[in-house]
Amino acid sequence: MNPNIDDYLDGNAAAGELSNIFAMDVTAAEGQCAHCGAIKRFAEAHVYMQGPGLVARCSVCQHALLRFVSARQRVFLDLRGLTCLILDTSQLVESGR
Amino acid sequence: MMWRVGTVVALQDETATARTITLKVPDWPGHIAGQHVDVRLTASDGYSAVRSYSIASAPNAEKRVELTVERLPNGEVSPYLTQEIAVSDCLELRGPIGGWFVWRAKQTEPIQLVAGGSGIVPLMAMIRSRALAGSTAPFRLLYSVREPQAVFYREELQALSDHDRSMNLTYAYTRVAPKDWPRPPSRIDAALIANTTWPSKLVPTCYVCGPTSFVESASRLLTSSGNDPEKIRTERFGPTGERQ
Repeated sequence: MNPNIDDYLDGNAAAGELSNIFAMDVTAAEGQCAHCGAIKRFAEAHVYMQGPGLVARCSVCQHALLRFVSARQRVFLDLRGLTCLILDTSQLVESGR
Repeated sequence: MMWRVGTVVALQDETATARTITLKVPDWPGHIAGQHVDVRLTASDGYSAVRSYSIASAPNAEKRVELTVERLPNGEVSPYLTQEIAVSDCLELRGPIGGWFVWRAKQTEPIQLVAGGSGIVPLMAMIRSRALAGSTAPFRLLYSVREPQAVFYREELQALSDHDRSMNLTYAYTRVAPKDWPRPPSRIDAALIANTTWPSKLVPTCYVCGPTSFVESASRLLTSSGNDPEKIRTERFGPTGERQ
């Protein structure tokens, strides 16, 4: 795969859609890539939004971390590229939730 | 996250192609500088389009949210937001979004901001937030922009840096520079990074926002000048997100 450099955005761009699923912000979450083992903030993932859904790829090895498709009142979420997602609960205190 | 409704209370042109929309959002929960919102437009036939825009305003108690939107020639949403929308129109918003590309007033370390074009918008929220909070955190902004006429918030930036020695401002023009400008129009490079950004030994937190190719090259330059990649936070926009 040789993606054109301007074809991707980053995890920040996916955060609005993912806020429908996760109660906490995902951009500050750390995720471990199931392929290369790198642990990075989700904000740093390369996000491709041209297709019918969105794909977040590891910024180190480019393997898919997360696939998200919303269609016909259903959301399909494929997280097999993430070994672990570590969310920061301190923001719940900050926002008063 | 639910959609909220904001009412347009003011419109201001920033450049020939960019406009700031001020919204009053009655149930706005507050935001942190650097966050963005999704804007949803729905046509009468039910077709809807969602785009992300950075918040330009500092957190405030008035539940006002400012977005600066750059018109894209073939955009689906930005032509409406920059040309057709009027005061008292309503917009659907989802947000505030994002907890990583943010600056909080409790941060005291040196801050390096690097903007490419309309990537200035979330960084402006940080600069405004710093001023409003009376923070003395040392800020530097390197603002890469096509030409002088394309600069957003010029007078406000000038005033803020004139009155505050710990707020430093550098423009880098890429196509057309003002007369007698010391640096010929060109993209940011290693020399500019070395001469105008914080020395890496001060361990600044860096925020880089712009089109994807700009962000890649700026963060590479910051890393090669000795900054730890862990201290560089980035936000990219591009045609697919219409974040310009």
